[in-house]
Amino acid sequence: MQVIDLYTIRLTVNGVAVERSIEPRMLLSDFLRHELNLTGTHVGCEHGSCGACTILMDGAAVRACIMFAVQADGHALTTVEGLSADPDKLHPLQAAFRETHALQCGYCTPGFLMTLVPFLEENPQPDEAAIRDVLSGNICRCTGYQNIVDAVLLAARK
Amino acid sequence: MKPAPFAYFAPHNLDEALDLLAQHGYDGKVLAGGQSLIPTMNFRLAQPAALVDINRVAELAFLDEDAGGGLRIGALTRQRTLERSAAVASRAPLLHATMPYIAHVQIRNRGTLGGSLAHADPAAELPAVMVALGARFRLQSRRGARWVAAADFYIGLFTTALQEDELIAEIEIPAMPARAGWSIQEIARRHGDYAIVGVAAVVELDPAGLCRAARLIYFSVGEGPTAAPSAAAVLLGQPADDGVIAAAARAAAQQDIDPLGDIHATPAYRRHLVEVLGRRALQEAFGRAVQA
Repeated sequence: MQVIDLYTIRLTVNGVAVERSIEPRMLLSDFLRHELNLTGTHVGCEHGSCGACTILMDGAAVRACIMFAVQADGHALTTVEGLSADPDKLHPLQAAFRETHALQCGYCTPGFLMTLVPFLEENPQPDEAAIRDVLSGNICRCTGYQNIVDAVLLAARK
Repeated sequence: MKPAPFAYFAPHNLDEALDLLAQHGYDGKVLAGGQSLIPTMNFRLAQPAALVDINRVAELAFLDEDAGGGLRIGALTRQRTLERSAAVASRAPLLHATMPYIAHVQIRNRGTLGGSLAHADPAAELPAVMVALGARFRLQSRRGARWVAAADFYIGLFTTALQEDELIAEIEIPAMPARAGWSIQEIARRHGDYAIVGVAAVVELDPAGLCRAARLIYFSVGEGPTAAPSAAAVLLGQPADDGVIAAAARAAAQQDIDPLGDIHATPAYRRHLVEVLGRRALQEAFGRAVQA
């Protein structure tokens, strides 16, 4: 019987210090969902193609399903739960998604939001081509993307 | 799906990393950005017994301009860092122009230059670009360092000159010669997808305006970066007019490249793209060389 070593990691998730002992093979997406109960990070394809699991690591969008949780040791993560400090208040981008009907089933939405938040910080007034370019790493099977593009344009105007 | 269990090591410096690679040999695998390795492990197509995570080896992450006008890049440098680097944009504009073709921003935030080069996916842009640029790689092991030209590094499908105790430590890109031009061309189903066919070109003119050197390196047409020597032979010593460029691209498609078919494209379609993209790449590269 193989003995599996556990690793203790310390990191910050949505501003909260976290410490857990985990197997090194645990994917970061599973760590967030199963260890921290942050189920807003969704798992679609689990091989880095669909973008549903996108989160921020040290402010940059990354795919949580193709990182090991041990690799997040010492880093600061933000998930969709961390977008708004007040649980009763939406982040401006979330509000824009609601206003333009930029989601239907909603499964891909957290990944879109986490891709777009750092994008809008860097490009406060993006044109449609730039928006479609950054959206290329996230798959949505419901909306046809048009309303998502509209949401980004609306959020940028506000 | 979930990866099989493995032993995990996170060395803090290069010596420790090389010790671990020497110790684990064939069963050990370097984990850099992980953007190709971890999906492969999720599918259990790869089940390495040990991972040597080099993300904490700070000495492998650097981007320096050398005195000769070239670049020295640490293997752990993120693709996103290259994409945003003014030094890359001015000294290796072909590399700069290639970055947006590589997957998506979330991938480039994690993916490393050395990782992509060592992974040697036949559809990847970076290996072909490095061959076109005449780059060379410093391979490091506990036994020492050796420099290998990018053109000699790629041996076959996902197969490189790396020994099991070695990793790529550094990539050296020479300065662009005077009167040189470049181009990157790619056809993919959607932006960020793997190329159906792509090509990187670097050409050089002599003082009389004749072609002095031409490297036309295709990707996604064979087992790795694929050169087009017949096309280069058509170009050498010739004025780069439309007729010569068309003949060179035809030579690439008919003599140099023998593409396979898959669900994305038939061999005939790929061969057609080899000619069309070769022509576009040469026109753009020679256009830049004239103005350089």
